[in-house]
Amino acid sequence: MVLKPFHSSMDFKDIFKIAFIGLSTHRVRSILTILGIVIGITAITIITSLGDSAQGFILGELESFGTNSAFVIPGRTAFGGENILTDSLREKDVEALAKKGNVPAAELIVPFVFGPAKVIYESEKYYSSLLGASPGNKDIDDLELAGGEFINEEDVIQKSAVIILGSKVKEELFGSSDAVGQKVKIKDKSYRVIGVLEPKGQSLFVNYDQVVIVPYTTAQQYILGYSYIQRIVVTASSAEKLPGMVRDIEETLRDSHNIENPDDDDFFVQTPEDAAETFGMITDVLTILLASIAAISLVVGGVGIMNIMLVSVTERTREIGLRKALGARNKDILLQFLIEAVILTGTGGIIGIALGSILTYVSTIAILHFTGISFPFSSPVSGALLGVSVSTAIGFIFGIYPARQASLKSPMEALRYE
Amino acid sequence: MSLIEVKNLKKIYEDEGVQTAGLNGIDLVIEEGEFISVVGPSGSGKSTLLQVLGCLDRPTSGRYVLSGKLLDSYSDNDLAEVRNKEMGFVFQAFNLLPRLSVSDNVKLPLIYGGVKEPERTEIAQKVIDLVGLTDRADYKTSKLSGGQKQRVAIARALVNNPKIIFADEPTGNLDSKSGEIILDFFQKLNDAGHTIVIVTHESYVAQSAKRMINVRDGRIESDEVVKNRRIVGRDGLIK
Repeated sequence: MVLKPFHSSMDFKDIFKIAFIGLSTHRVRSILTILGIVIGITAITIITSLGDSAQGFILGELESFGTNSAFVIPGRTAFGGENILTDSLREKDVEALAKKGNVPAAELIVPFVFGPAKVIYESEKYYSSLLGASPGNKDIDDLELAGGEFINEEDVIQKSAVIILGSKVKEELFGSSDAVGQKVKIKDKSYRVIGVLEPKGQSLFVNYDQVVIVPYTTAQQYILGYSYIQRIVVTASSAEKLPGMVRDIEETLRDSHNIENPDDDDFFVQTPEDAAETFGMITDVLTILLASIAAISLVVGGVGIMNIMLVSVTERTREIGLRKALGARNKDILLQFLIEAVILTGTGGIIGIALGSILTYVSTIAILHFTGISFPFSSPVSGALLGVSVSTAIGFIFGIYPARQASLKSPMEALRYE
Repeated sequence: MSLIEVKNLKKIYEDEGVQTAGLNGIDLVIEEGEFISVVGPSGSGKSTLLQVLGCLDRPTSGRYVLSGKLLDSYSDNDLAEVRNKEMGFVFQAFNLLPRLSVSDNVKLPLIYGGVKEPERTEIAQKVIDLVGLTDRADYKTSKLSGGQKQRVAIARALVNNPKIIFADEPTGNLDSKSGEIILDFFQKLNDAGHTIVIVTHESYVAQSAKRMINVRDGRIESDEVVKNRRIVGRDGLIK
């Protein structure tokens, strides 16, 4: 007659308690063991949450252009096509877009150019960025004047020699004295200062404090020496009309350029949404790349844990033997050591997330302090979830082998172990 | 039905191809309520016999019937259950977990047996009282004397109310006074109906049992009733 005994199982709570005692017995070793995991998870947390911050920052900047404007860019794509066909947008395109009926949803049509310029006032000179603007730039770039006025339609038509100075340019050239009405020189031509901008600070692409603004027609003729246009911003009366407007712009320009197949387009119409998507993709790829590098440190940490667990199992052979003699089954011993490993890595993960969040917060403050760019601090929720699950998984993966070794020890051999 | 019945029990160790016999054909019957001492020179196989009887090790061949159940086909986990429910162990080196309290050490078999709180604490407290360590229940076992440690071990062996207690040189690491206290405990436990098997190489320990088995070269050389048995408590060494 073979009567198998009835298996009663032990509480999970008890296994946890046993594992905790096992770990607290070797406190220093436990702390050193999880260091690798802490560093890895810290790195991942910083990278993912700074990635989120960067994305948030870029999206915020793009939104400042308004959600109902479209950018017309010369060349085949938004990026990379700039070297060829950059002269494809001309004044006639602006006229075609402005023609009523071609793009009915268009409210503002703002062509502009940009480049470098050396501005001279008496003995002072300043190397600034030049914006060859339309009157509409004041709205789309959200510019405020500290004094004077912005360029008007007449200035564009007349190619007037008038200029508006960024706050920093004004300060460098004129100090505290009034600039409006004075004359500055660019490429030996005199320009009358008609306005000064309010300080605005760094935006995504431009620092408006270091910029000077002239009519785009003036910039083309006297400063840049070409007649094409680098950007045309077209704003729609509402965000809903944007997609239709983009199609109208494309058709108008194809017509103007005698293009029949859209594949041959020598221009590109981009909405802030498109740009956000592209930037989002770039930051995502960067984040994943950096996070995978950080993940290597997690693997190294995991191997370290396995190593220490194996030592621990050997060292505690007598304990294992005793537990088995008292009725612990293989499963009980396996779980004890596996849970020890998971507690170790899980704790390492939580510490890493806390450390990573603090460091991220500190670095957003540092970025604000040193560059003036206000990076939004995004609480690293996705990074935290990733960190906890990854570190727990590492505990399982690298803990299972030592735990199995422990569970398979025969009670007698283990008890006899010196 | 006998408590334990083994027939032609053999245990052969193999180390780098060299075979040595630990047990060389043991036939033995143990009835409930017996108090047996197993003696023999070192290397005789007396400890091996205890380990095989205690299900800590499997015999290479032979039959082992415990309370009418043939253990041959039992898995490792089944044997763990048998050790947990039906057996108690006392070792020479105490084998307590030093970081745990007396109470937590005593509770270990209950934890693996699936006994839940608060019942667990109640049962543990009873056996701790029984071995006279009531006021030491919360002490870490590393803070106890050798004699006290062995009493904790006895409490732990008793906590699951086992059918049989195996003790391997239980007085080997103790001074003679502490050793006598431990022997007195075993005798009292036996008086209360517990079956006890003690392995020892000291004749005064062996003389405290009721039946003495002499093992040599893995075989039972003699198996006799102890004449002039020492009754420890009566010697006035403990209360």
